[in-house]
Amino acid sequence: MTRVGVIRLVVVAALIGALELACRLGLISHNTIIPPSEMARTLWTLLASGTINGDIERTLGMIALVIALSVVFGFAVGLAIHALPRVREALDPFFATYYAVPIFIFYPVLIAIFGLSIMPIVLIGVATAIVAMIIATLNGLDRIPRVLTKVARVHRLSRIGTAVTLQLPAAAPYLFTGVKLSVSYAFIAVVAAEFILSPAGLGRDIADAYADFNNRRMYALILFLLIIATIVNSALHALDMRWAARRTGGRQ
Amino acid sequence: MTAARRATDTFIIVLVMLAVWQALHQIAGETALPAPLPTLSYLMHNIATRRFAENAATTAGEFAYALILAYAIGLAVGVWMGAHRLSGAVGEPILVALYSLPKIVLYPVVLLVFGLGISGKVTFGAMHGILPVALLTMGAIRAIPPVYLRAARTLQLSPGATIVNVLLPAALPEVFTGLRIGFSVTLLGVLLGEMFASKQGLGSMIMTDMQLLQGEDMMTVTIALFAFAAVANAVLLWIEHRLHRRV
Amino acid sequence: MTGTSVQREVHARLEAVTRVYPGAADQPPVSALGPIDLDLRKGEFFAVVGPSGCGKSTFLEVLAGLQEPTAGTVTFEGKPIRGQVAEGIGVVFQEDASFPWLTVWDNAAFGLRRNGVAADEVRRRVDDALAFMGLKDFARAYPSQLSGGMRQRVCIARTLVLQPRLILLDEPFGALDAQTRLLMGDEVLRLWRRTDATVLLITHALDEAAMLADRIGAMSARPGRFIEIIETGWPRERDSTIVGDAAFGEITGRLWERLRGESMKALGHAGMTAVAAG
Repeated sequence: MTRVGVIRLVVVAALIGALELACRLGLISHNTIIPPSEMARTLWTLLASGTINGDIERTLGMIALVIALSVVFGFAVGLAIHALPRVREALDPFFATYYAVPIFIFYPVLIAIFGLSIMPIVLIGVATAIVAMIIATLNGLDRIPRVLTKVARVHRLSRIGTAVTLQLPAAAPYLFTGVKLSVSYAFIAVVAAEFILSPAGLGRDIADAYADFNNRRMYALILFLLIIATIVNSALHALDMRWAARRTGGRQ
Repeated sequence: MTAARRATDTFIIVLVMLAVWQALHQIAGETALPAPLPTLSYLMHNIATRRFAENAATTAGEFAYALILAYAIGLAVGVWMGAHRLSGAVGEPILVALYSLPKIVLYPVVLLVFGLGISGKVTFGAMHGILPVALLTMGAIRAIPPVYLRAARTLQLSPGATIVNVLLPAALPEVFTGLRIGFSVTLLGVLLGEMFASKQGLGSMIMTDMQLLQGEDMMTVTIALFAFAAVANAVLLWIEHRLHRRV
Repeated sequence: MTGTSVQREVHARLEAVTRVYPGAADQPPVSALGPIDLDLRKGEFFAVVGPSGCGKSTFLEVLAGLQEPTAGTVTFEGKPIRGQVAEGIGVVFQEDASFPWLTVWDNAAFGLRRNGVAADEVRRRVDDALAFMGLKDFARAYPSQLSGGMRQRVCIARTLVLQPRLILLDEPFGALDAQTRLLMGDEVLRLWRRTDATVLLITHALDEAAMLADRIGAMSARPGRFIEIIETGWPRERDSTIVGDAAFGEITGRLWERLRGESMKALGHAGMTAVAAG
């Protein structure tokens, strides 16, 4: 590991260690924050007992569903819009503003329409994640050298053929950035939705534990989500950085 | 493509959206999703009510505090990490990781530490805003061409004068992008905080409306917030473009 | 060949100057420059030529006071230079150092204003410098609207207004095409004659050095040392047409004779660095 990596590890470990010490010494009350070691132990117990498996499946399952829908349809919509420059120009102000607007506050409206089911959660998740994928797709397709499109026409490829064999691979590094963003947005939206209002799921679990003053359970679940989200996001980010050279044409 | 044509096209898109809204209304029913025209007329009426004004004032106050915190801390962290190579190298991945985390899971912790009052929501909002401000400020400082600093030395500038007359203007466009993004995410953070365990503020107002099946009210507040965020973003973007055009 | 009009008085001096960069992590330190012994004569035009990476830019920065030598002394007008750019020295860098947030006029005025010069004096000097550099019509434009060559002229104007007595130019025309470089060469000569300053120009182009300079220092591959100093003997009132003079070919030939081996050595260094990094 690089020197910087080691320092980073030490810094993070030191912070966690400081928290542990502060809790153990009573500087921080157990009613506020419990020691990290307690969080880990409770989490281990919960996982071992299998009682939260259902919630884990539900939450991660919904996140996966949101990602799948956002990536696939985001790419398709991006592809379609790219082929219609006039539509794209008209939509431009919306794309520019989309993430400046707190989309999530639409969630209660969706609940009002669809009731308390998985629909509102999936919809708000997709609404949050899909535009990142669309924008990344448009960006990636922009970057395809024109000459490749001409090659496709020389080979008389169909629309789908061109999309799959040419546009997809050529735009892949940019598409991957879109996937990375969609994943992180999916996590954020689904967990927030479950937390605010949902019949089930890890987010709901945390909210319940908070309401019940069940700190140990609450922190264990928070730790679980933090670990999962960090691992997934970091892995994708690392891959994204690897592909960064391909995005800049390797001219680093 | 003239500007007029582009504006017309965008207007057409808006009409399409309204049509879709109308169609959904037919499907979903009155209490679930009110129709667009009545909603828009109700919007004018609702904004003027005392209930809206009080809740808006609460949100505005929390948002203002959160923004100031986010900007101050974000800029300080960003400048430090941008100027100090090692800190930047160590800290950047940590900030990036925090940026993509579902911060909502930390909200209960914030509530336990700060209680159920305003400070909780202010802190939560600031937590969201600090990250883009810090990351983009750091990037801006790093991106300053080193030759500017050498040129400043050959022009006999003191270190203080160099910071004010060279570093600041050189970094400003990208720093401003961070401020603009920080604006949006801080707003979202504050609203999110209000949607959970809160009795005041526009976020909690929406939740209450939902429980009381006040469809129109819910939609008008949502639209009002969207409009505010969109206009604010447009203004900040305009300023940002003016800054970038010279670079 | 007419005699030179260069005075014998020493303007700047480097004595036994070396510059060693400490190595990164677990690498040995890099000897970038030296030992260098050189007397720059007042009012002369001195060019430094050498292969890439030989330490020419380091040499310039040490002379300017932007870097401290690891050993040896640098003096300017009799006073030692130590880690600070002395008043009276102007530098034009290889990279574009024009400030994009200021107009051409404000760029040129920048140094004067920061040093508290009176407003009408600022206006006089800036208008003068811009006119001299052919930038008068672009005074209100921003650097981003100008070509690379124009931006370099802005940087030169910004240096000019401070009335430097020693002007250091670090490959200022690197990014320009051949013909433009010849024309810019004429501009630099005009600048030199008009300001009566001592000029030191760094370049990798042999013809540029041969055409512009009174004396040329041929620098070896890293660590850079002067392997020869050639006197061209050109008249002060020269321009780019001397590329047609017979002596020009001789000087260029001699330079290449001395530098060919060094250039190959430098290529070898570069190749090994690429292998080590790859």
